[in-house]
Amino acid sequence: MNTMAETKTYELRLYVAGQTAKSLAALANLKSICETHLAGQYRIEIIDLMKTPHLAAGDQIIALPTLVRRLPEPIKKIIGDLSNEERVLVGLDVRPVKG
Amino acid sequence: MPKRIHSLATTDLPKAPTGITGLDEITGGGLPAGRPTLVCGAAGCGKTMLAAEFLVRGATQFGEPGVFMMFEENPAELTANVRSLGFDLDQLVQQNKIALHHVHIERSEIEETGEYDLEGLFIRLGHAIDSIGAKRVVLDTVEALFAGLPNHAILRAELRRLFRWLKDRGMTAIITGEKGEGNAITRYGLEEYVADCVITLDHRVTEQISTRRLRVLKYRGSAHGTNEYPFLIGERGFSVLPITSLRLDHAAPAGRLSTGIARLDEMLDGQGVFGGSSVLVSGAPGTGKSSIGAKFADAACRRGERTLLFAYEESSAQILRNMRSIGIDLAPWVKKGLLQIHASRPALSGLEQHLVAMHDMVQAFRPAVVVVDPISNLTLERSEAEVMPTLMRLIDFLKQQQITSLFTSLTTGGTGASAPEDSQVGVSSLMDTWLLLRNVEFNGERNRLIYVLKSRGMPHSNQVREFVLGNAGIDLVDVYLGADRVLTGTARVAQAAHERSAAELRREDHERKLRQLAAKRKAIEAQIAALNAEGEAEAAEVKFVIAQESLQATTTQINSAAMAQLRGGSKASNRRTKGKR
Repeated sequence: MNTMAETKTYELRLYVAGQTAKSLAALANLKSICETHLAGQYRIEIIDLMKTPHLAAGDQIIALPTLVRRLPEPIKKIIGDLSNEERVLVGLDVRPVKG
Repeated sequence: MPKRIHSLATTDLPKAPTGITGLDEITGGGLPAGRPTLVCGAAGCGKTMLAAEFLVRGATQFGEPGVFMMFEENPAELTANVRSLGFDLDQLVQQNKIALHHVHIERSEIEETGEYDLEGLFIRLGHAIDSIGAKRVVLDTVEALFAGLPNHAILRAELRRLFRWLKDRGMTAIITGEKGEGNAITRYGLEEYVADCVITLDHRVTEQISTRRLRVLKYRGSAHGTNEYPFLIGERGFSVLPITSLRLDHAAPAGRLSTGIARLDEMLDGQGVFGGSSVLVSGAPGTGKSSIGAKFADAACRRGERTLLFAYEESSAQILRNMRSIGIDLAPWVKKGLLQIHASRPALSGLEQHLVAMHDMVQAFRPAVVVVDPISNLTLERSEAEVMPTLMRLIDFLKQQQITSLFTSLTTGGTGASAPEDSQVGVSSLMDTWLLLRNVEFNGERNRLIYVLKSRGMPHSNQVREFVLGNAGIDLVDVYLGADRVLTGTARVAQAAHERSAAELRREDHERKLRQLAAKRKAIEAQIAALNAEGEAEAAEVKFVIAQESLQATTTQINSAAMAQLRGGSKASNRRTKGKR
């Protein structure tokens, strides 16, 4: 936090289950939204529960795909393929960059 | 025989025993194995407890590990809750027999955008199942998802898939559901998806006494009891009544047991009651029912048999003290461990709860004799339709175990005019021997009467006896039959005294007569003696006279001879004759 004094860092985790259409769509949507609105301020971790099922309990994952905003706090969860950019921004609590 | 059972088991729907007392009886062996069962009911009716016990028993008794996926409580809360049933979830978790999994959705932190599914839930459940090799699954209660996830269409589709998935994996599952409004079985219609077996739980309060009830609404492919069955959540977990099924196939031992009262045994064909039979002692207040019960227990302990006494009126200390006053000392038996007294207030819990408690204690203590004092308190405030089957089951259970039972029962309004037997018709038909105690008020006092109203399988006395409680114990006394009533108490004593004095008088009269006769005989004998004496005296007189006269005659003869000599003879002879004179 102290390294980036003025700007917040978004630590995001995307939970998916294998390479499903929904997973791929969610990842693509997430990348595009982050590049547009959070350029340089975000980090994305992708967790494939097919490979590491024990990680699902930690973030109380039920629905997939789920995007978890770990930081800044409080934790926020966005479920679905992130196709609605506006809702994703509301969910991440990000002010859209006018463009 | 084992072959036949085996073939039965394979043709029937495979079942997973729950190990829950009574539930396996109703369902004919348990829940459908490898299929989901829906357990629904209102809040606080015991769904979670049922599910938890299903898992625990599966893991401990049937070697089937289980996953408990909870959506409302967290594992710590659940562990604490089921500890009250005597289950240690922590230990089972450590042994990898049970996995607790908490699924929590915070609606406020979730945003929804676009397509999704509940694969996360599947993955978690699958992972939990694989980690311990589970055979059983509980989802408690999956409906919480409806509150957490806004898109119900997706949720429903996913739940359908979930239940299918559980079935495919061969999981015997319990899915709990909240009771819906009105007639709906569940609030979100889960019964649509779980179609194999549906059990409803219900918690009702009537007359301030709560009763829980269970009903198997549906059991596809299996016969099942369709009634509502009372159930309890007790110290040993869940118990559904019937804990035993209604059966009439118990053995009938020919052995006899003494009641502890010799004269009462005498009334019962001289040998007492049959072993393994049930005895009802009914009577108005204060007729001595408890005393008979205590004596019965005492007699059993004397024979070295274990005895269980359920007291619903007096505390055990009070019983010991009161029974000592009539010469029955139960304390040594308690000390020896032959006698257990369980005293509790009947209003403490419902009839079912008492019966389950009794059942548990009988199972634990394995007595030969059970005394319930009184059974009528258990049936207070309950309609006969409810009470009868439960009592019937208790009695059947005791008979199956060959336990001789004695129940006392308080009759109402039975002071003579209205027949006291009327108030006991329901219960009495279950009993083999029925002793009736009655108060008789007469002559300014109340006295107790006892008679044997019925006693199956033996020629029993038809006589009324007076029942006497004294320092020395219980005794039965023959009553006196007066002109038109039986005499008891002081009247009996007076009558006895009266009869005794009459006999005394008669005896004296006889003695007097005998004495008179003896005296008379003596007098006659004296007379005879006197007459004899007189006779003898006269005889003696006659003899004397005769002797005198003959002497005279001789003398005369001699004289005349001498005279003749003198007149014609010598001087000498004349002189001699003179000298003789």
